Amino acid sequence: MNVEIVTSDLLNVATLVIMGITGLAIARIRNLFAVVMLSGIYSLMGATLYVILDAVDVAFTEAAVGAGASTVLMIGTLALTSDREKATPNARAIKGLFVCTLIFAALVYGSIDMPLYGDPSAPVHNHVAPRYLGESMGEIGLPNVVTSVLASYRGYDTMGETFVIFTAAVGVLTLIGRARRKKGGKDGGSGS
Amino acid sequence: MIEYEFPGLLNYWIVFLLMMIGLYIVIGHENLIKKIVGLNVFQVSVFVFYISMAKIKGGTAPILADGIEVYSNPLPHVLILTAIVVGVATTALGLALVVRVQESFGTIEDDEVREQEEQDG
Repeated sequence: MNVEIVTSDLLNVATLVIMGITGLAIARIRNLFAVVMLSGIYSLMGATLYVILDAVDVAFTEAAVGAGASTVLMIGTLALTSDREKATPNARAIKGLFVCTLIFAALVYGSIDMPLYGDPSAPVHNHVAPRYLGESMGEIGLPNVVTSVLASYRGYDTMGETFVIFTAAVGVLTLIGRARRKKGGKDGGSGS
Repeated sequence: MIEYEFPGLLNYWIVFLLMMIGLYIVIGHENLIKKIVGLNVFQVSVFVFYISMAKIKGGTAPILADGIEVYSNPLPHVLILTAIVVGVATTALGLALVVRVQESFGTIEDDEVREQEEQDG
């Protein structure tokens, strides 16, 4: 039992380190096709980590939607634009590094009194979660608690999510949809 | 119950580092597609942070079964499921804007777009 816990913790940290290396590669590489592929790998490593952290539902959503769909969208955008990035001016890179170091320090300072990783007495585990785990079988009747909470206890959240997706779809269609393209053709294609 | 504190807070600190890599990609680069990739990196890191907080040592996935007593917390999982889908929706909207910028300005480098705007007055 204990060996299992140690292995899962080591896998956890190892996966995070691989994600870090992928992230640094994304920051350094200027070929955008490679960058998009690496961002897909970053998402997939995230999905692997979710399996280690017991979030199986999140893992398959991330693998399908995060690593799959958004990579496809980005490759589509590359086809319509260009796949080379211009070199970044040094001044901007230094400014960015400075800001990120400051925020990192603030985050670490803020995390010092956080409950340790995996601590069962952390406040987050002692609020509504025990009720979901204890009562959902009798109230909803599904063994998967994540499904019960998503579709029933927090059904309004999920409805709000569909509104957001609908709004985004309307936005995308207004920006690059077929109707706009036809009108643009009549104008003689002058960008405004 | 916990005999050692191996990742302790280290786990969270590595995740903060990942977040900062994402933030650096967003503010340290001019290319708009790269900025959106950076936002994605930041986003996945925040998800990992949430899911890490949901984990209980020795726990298992929150699917009820006989003979299992310790489950990880299902609530952050639900929140992040929603966030992943919303994240892809916003990525799609951002990419649509990038395509429009390319159509109007012929470039997706932020500084060149700004230069053109200034020249046009």
